[in-house]
Amino acid sequence: MKFRKHKLDNGLEIVAECNDQAYSTAIGFFVRAGSRDETPEEAGLSHFLEHMTFKGTESRTADDVNRQFDEIGAHSNACTSEESTIFYAHLLPEHQTLTVEILGDILRPSLRAEDFETEKQVILEEISMYEDGPPFGADERVRAIHYGDHPLANSVLGTVDSIEAMTIDRMRDYHTRRYAPSNVVLAAGGRVDFDRLVETVDRVCGEWDAKEAPRLLETPRTTDQRIEIELMPRASQEYVMLLADAPDASASSRYAAQMAGVVLGDESGSRLFWEIVDKGRAEHASLGRYEFDDAGLFMTYLCCEPKKTSGNLKRLAKIFRKAALKGITDRELELSKSKLRSRIVMAGEQPQGRMFAVGGDWLQRHEYLSIRDELNILDAIEQEQVDGVLQQYPLTSGTILAIGPLESLDWPF
Amino acid sequence: MTDTIRSHQYPNGLTLAAESMDWLESASVAFYVPAGCVYDPADRGGLASFTCEMALRGAGPYSSREFIETLEMLGAEHHELVGKSHVLFGASTIADNLHDVIAVLAEVVRRPHLPKRELEASRLGAIQELRAVEDEPSQKLMLELRRCHYPWAWGRPSIGDEPSAINTTLDDIKKFHTANYRPNGMIVGVAGRFDWDRLVEDIGSHLGDWQPKDEPTVEPGPRGPQRLHLDMESAQTQIGIGYASVPVRHPDYLPAWAGMAVLSDGASARLFTEVREKRGLCYSIGAGYHSLLDQAAVFCHAGTTADRAQETLDVTLEELDKLKHGVNPDELDRLKARVKSALVMQQESSSGRASSIARDWVHLGRIRSLEEIQTLVDGLTLERLNGYLADNPPQDFTIAAMGPQELETSE
Repeated sequence: MKFRKHKLDNGLEIVAECNDQAYSTAIGFFVRAGSRDETPEEAGLSHFLEHMTFKGTESRTADDVNRQFDEIGAHSNACTSEESTIFYAHLLPEHQTLTVEILGDILRPSLRAEDFETEKQVILEEISMYEDGPPFGADERVRAIHYGDHPLANSVLGTVDSIEAMTIDRMRDYHTRRYAPSNVVLAAGGRVDFDRLVETVDRVCGEWDAKEAPRLLETPRTTDQRIEIELMPRASQEYVMLLADAPDASASSRYAAQMAGVVLGDESGSRLFWEIVDKGRAEHASLGRYEFDDAGLFMTYLCCEPKKTSGNLKRLAKIFRKAALKGITDRELELSKSKLRSRIVMAGEQPQGRMFAVGGDWLQRHEYLSIRDELNILDAIEQEQVDGVLQQYPLTSGTILAIGPLESLDWPF
Repeated sequence: MTDTIRSHQYPNGLTLAAESMDWLESASVAFYVPAGCVYDPADRGGLASFTCEMALRGAGPYSSREFIETLEMLGAEHHELVGKSHVLFGASTIADNLHDVIAVLAEVVRRPHLPKRELEASRLGAIQELRAVEDEPSQKLMLELRRCHYPWAWGRPSIGDEPSAINTTLDDIKKFHTANYRPNGMIVGVAGRFDWDRLVEDIGSHLGDWQPKDEPTVEPGPRGPQRLHLDMESAQTQIGIGYASVPVRHPDYLPAWAGMAVLSDGASARLFTEVREKRGLCYSIGAGYHSLLDQAAVFCHAGTTADRAQETLDVTLEELDKLKHGVNPDELDRLKARVKSALVMQQESSSGRASSIARDWVHLGRIRSLEEIQTLVDGLTLERLNGYLADNPPQDFTIAAMGPQELETSE
């Protein structure tokens, strides 16, 4: 395994973890453009643009893009979040150059008006799909409540109104503003011919105009002890999301926070698992974690029978309070470490997993961590650090949104 | 068979099938026990799932908590899946821990405690799961589609139904385990880095002296209705379409599968192109091939807002109908390219490979190497594929939909 990096004159960065033993290659363009970079009129635009990117360029029709990926057997896709849009492909090493040519090309899409109207319908369908099934779009709404007027409150999908009102000119402006080369990182994993990669990227993307495209950062003032209920009479279960602050993407305590999340809320073997799921009190109860440039989140997710919701929230309160007060045990730390160690090693076998890790780390922190580095960091985590996070970031303080048949619910903490 | 693929038959009917992947740090195991949901008694839908869940709540020397903690200590991620004919107990771990993980899972399938004190928690969990599925529109619709398409035992969902979950007794579970968890018909698939001789010996020491049992019978029954509409006050209408195909062991399996793949596999596949890309009717559209031992089907799914549902159904059926005219050479070439890269990528994951080895054995009684599959696919000619599609066009559709308005379908 060898880490290589290069910066084009226009600011676009290329990072790769090259593994000559790998059978395949993964390549992704990571663009620092997400819902937090949108104005209110632009709500949902980053994600809409992600779709439009596959609709063709000056030299390729939409059919060409799809067909060419399939001709080389590359599995391509894209995803959009609050802070980034990622265009990626998993491919055989011999198709590295053509894949980079296609991906690079589509990042300068034609954005044709006719395609825009057709794809608008697809986006509206996607919004409807998320509104129809758990958690019925409530994951975006609870984040909006939690972050108030901070841009992290912005919805990734946008709303039916914002998408219907969207214009192609607005999308072109946004593209020009956010897809500047200084906002783009190309990451690769698996078997990579790095010198040729640099040559191809330079040829395809080197002419892009250099431009500053900064992101405004500010620590959000999040809500505290707020609970909201949305009535959804046709739901069988009650779905509860609880957001609490966590270390941000640059905080050194983020590893201890990860450990805290595993001990308390991993899907198997955690305190939430034993106290709630194993006892049949809920279909699902887990604690996840998200990192942003200037904020972090713990998200507890609960799905249970409506009449069991109140009891389960009391249990959560008890588990979280005890964790803040007494911390975690030696045994829990040991078990979680062995669990995470194995996950890191197994994820490391997959080029796509490494590409996402390397690209994500570089986009957020300008940092490269090998699998060995990750294991060393994991091994060094001490109980006091985890306990410290649980005290500093109380899980009993934050925002709750419940959606389902329940009409009322009290603040449980 | 290449020298990296091996199998071993134990006298009691148990099969070990394994592929050595020395370049990996991990190893995975898949226990396929012939105790799937087709063996659920008529009034005990979900019993196979209930039994599988209870088996995880303590076995051999391990209590429920010790079972989970032992696997965590070994860095093993475990997963279970209740299928029609078999139930899967699978785990992936760092290669050095494989034998310890196998020892734990062998206890789970052979000597579960099925403890009375855990019964009510397990029952509550089963009921919660049933209710959660009610809230998942696409999942619920596809379960209904299978129920409509296949004969009774093969169409029933493995999660069962609420009355059964309420009425199931510990005695039902113990009887189910005694009758169905058996070495004959069971397959242990292993992939990753391991020592073959030790593996044969290990599996033999855990399960070799387990006595074979009679194969249980499946209760016959009729299939469901060919047209189904379920009312739902949702924004989208869920549409499911099923048609008969041939099972994995059938000589025409490859062209049958390839026909489905031209519809749904890849960014340039027909359904995605015609329904989503050209018309913007859907976000999610696709088809999948599903094989039982002696029968198989292709199931298509689309989700779209109610006022566009009829058009989505019509366009999708049109595309299915067009398949009888055959595919063009480019489509077949693209399909081959995708299969090639997918097969290469399989070499980078032990967990996917362990399951596919065991499934191969269930369907074919042998394992196909990735090279063999590649050769087979490369050898598929346009004449063969189009000949098959002309003789066996998708037809006689089962159609299920769920949404605010009923759709029009011809019989």
